[in-house]
Amino acid sequence: MTRIFIPKDAQAVALGADRVAREVERVAATTGQTIAITRTGSRGLFWLEPTIEIETAEGRIAYGPVKPGDVEALLEAGMLSGAAHPLRIGRPEEVSYLARQTRLTFARVGIVDPMSAQDYVAHGGYAGLTRALELGGTGIIDEVKASGLRGRGGAGFPTGIKWSTVGLAEADQKYVVCNADEGDSGTFADRMLMEGDPFCLIEGMTIAGVAVGATKGFIYIRSEYPHAFRAMNDAIAAATQAGYLGPSVMGSGHAFTLETRLGAGAYICGEETSLLDSLEGKRGMVRAKPPLPAIKGLFGKPTIVNNVLSLATVPWIMANGAAAYADFGMGRSRGTLPFQLAGNVRRGGLVELAFGTTLREMIEWYGGGTRSGRPLRAVQVGGPLGAYFPDELLDTPLDYEAFAAKNGLLGHGGIVVFDDTVDLAAQARFAFEFCATESCGKCTPCRIGSTRGVETIDRIVAGIEPARNLEIVRDLCEVMTDGSLCAMGGLTPVPVLSALAHFPEDFQRAPTLMAAE
Amino acid sequence: MTYEPWDASIADEVIARHARLDGATMPILHALQETFGYVDRAVVPMIADVLNLSRAEIHGVVTFYHDFRSEPPGRHVVKICRAEACQSVGAVALADHAKRVLGIDWHGTTADGRVTLEPVFCLGLCACGPAALVDDEPVSSFDPAAFDARLAELRA
Ligand SMILES: Cc1cc2nc3c(=O)[nH]c(=O)nc-3n(C[C@H](O)[C@H](O)[C@H](O)COP(=O)(O)O)c2cc1C
Ligand code: SF4
Ligand code: FES
Repeated sequence: MTRIFIPKDAQAVALGADRVAREVERVAATTGQTIAITRTGSRGLFWLEPTIEIETAEGRIAYGPVKPGDVEALLEAGMLSGAAHPLRIGRPEEVSYLARQTRLTFARVGIVDPMSAQDYVAHGGYAGLTRALELGGTGIIDEVKASGLRGRGGAGFPTGIKWSTVGLAEADQKYVVCNADEGDSGTFADRMLMEGDPFCLIEGMTIAGVAVGATKGFIYIRSEYPHAFRAMNDAIAAATQAGYLGPSVMGSGHAFTLETRLGAGAYICGEETSLLDSLEGKRGMVRAKPPLPAIKGLFGKPTIVNNVLSLATVPWIMANGAAAYADFGMGRSRGTLPFQLAGNVRRGGLVELAFGTTLREMIEWYGGGTRSGRPLRAVQVGGPLGAYFPDELLDTPLDYEAFAAKNGLLGHGGIVVFDDTVDLAAQARFAFEFCATESCGKCTPCRIGSTRGVETIDRIVAGIEPARNLEIVRDLCEVMTDGSLCAMGGLTPVPVLSALAHFPEDFQRAPTLMAAE
Repeated sequence: MTYEPWDASIADEVIARHARLDGATMPILHALQETFGYVDRAVVPMIADVLNLSRAEIHGVVTFYHDFRSEPPGRHVVKICRAEACQSVGAVALADHAKRVLGIDWHGTTADGRVTLEPVFCLGLCACGPAALVDDEPVSSFDPAAFDARLAELRA
């Protein structure tokens, strides 16, 4: 019997992986070849999806991108023994795009069976929790602090410090909440991890629970991710069945249970306090801080809120040691970040690298330039609240502080490439429009300012009093930056002002008209 | 996709099944929409009663979230991504094309009840855009030609 691995990752499915898997089953049955297909996550080399990997004596051999119509020829050519074929990629680990990465958080994604706790353990899973149980609460927290891990959701707050605040809080009930709202355009790492290695997130949350004495966890998953939602539910059921969740995790006497909840299409619910309100069954309104969620969080109890990647990195840190993790990176950005290459790029995908690689290397070496083949004009890093950078800024290293120094942000590590057909005035208008649509409505600068921003950019683009209206846009940005409760209103000026600063010509296209009556 | 026609006793069962969850409102609303395809406003007092919350509070939740429809959708739902990474590869042209071909705007349903068109901000398929969900099936490289082909496949 030959073992075959075909991704079930939503991106691979969108490219036809389900149809390919069905065709492999069908053709193998008609030719009498015995196979067993395991549906894995994706390795994140999307231009090669759908891939088929075959277990052979020399390790796995990959073929891709495979169309259903290729399957017969592949099997005929001897794919099951790793034979030659124009679609043969070879050993996936040796593809340079993957070989040059440092896969820590994503070590198992695309390799393991995401439905199997047993397979997870066979690939090193639960070594982290085993060590964590030996270290105990403060020992775990010290280790997370020493690793230098900063929150991967966007704000970059040190994870160990957050955990120690929750650990020190006195309460009859504490919670661990995973932020899987991943709303930023250009990001999909949380989705890939949940679909490809859900036990890793479960293990990370369990370690967090043990560290601070929380017995209950929730994963808040955006409704746009139905595949990830199902994968997490299946994995939670399997982990509970196997005793990795429940009244006594791995027989340790620590109780920890997990539940999932679905978001409902509101970007603001990625903001942690809005997320907590939504989890409580309310409208997702942003709460004023203090009190911090670490002190007064879900249902008023001390709560860890962390991004998927922050939590899913903890098992690696526990298993390999804080020092091993902190060895990667630059400055105050320690470890690796799973970057996501997206938009108009030839080789989009998941690129986990130590901090410090330049944006240019990412886009040119990994991405292979634009997909359209036209010149690159702008890159937006960090989601809808991130800056648009021109070519001159591409040598900026991917590091929290280096990006801040250029008035940008790394956010959740999404990198969106635009070619020379992009109109930055339209992008600036979209930033305001998005803020107007997604604002929770609590503060006037965010709610009203964004709507006025859309109208004002429309006037500029129409050539109506451009100088005066540009001044109004800058004033609006200042009011939003200073007068917003959260980063939705507070950072919407970042894409707008970066578009104005680096691409002023896009705001001057129309002939100037006289002021409208 | 097929949904149950609105039925208060089915709604009662759906609500009861999720009422004991922490923060039950959202799971209940999702389950109702999954059952009926939309959230009938008649459920507001029903949920309020069961969860011992005010009607105003439940109404506020239903209307806050973009996902919850107030009308039954068409037989097929096409959600097209409007976010930046998809914009960089033609999402705006795709959306204009889809609206023109279907003769509807966002959230509209074709007169024959066949297709509902909804906007979505990112599906996590940003490396191979434009992206869409067609009846919950993810689709990549959804250019106008792919849209036309897919539309032809959608049965009545
Ligand atoms: C408008 C807005 C949207 C956000 N969206 C997300 C999100 O989708 N996922 C996420 O992890 N953090 C998001 N954040 C950041 C969270 O508020 C919070 O910082 C994070 O969940 C903390 O986890 P971390 O320390 O592990 O990053 C968002 C913040 C704002 C202001
Ligand atoms: S800035 Fe906007 S989204 Fe944030 S709290 Fe204020 S109104 Fe709500
Ligand atoms: S931006 Fe369209 S799928 Fe992410």
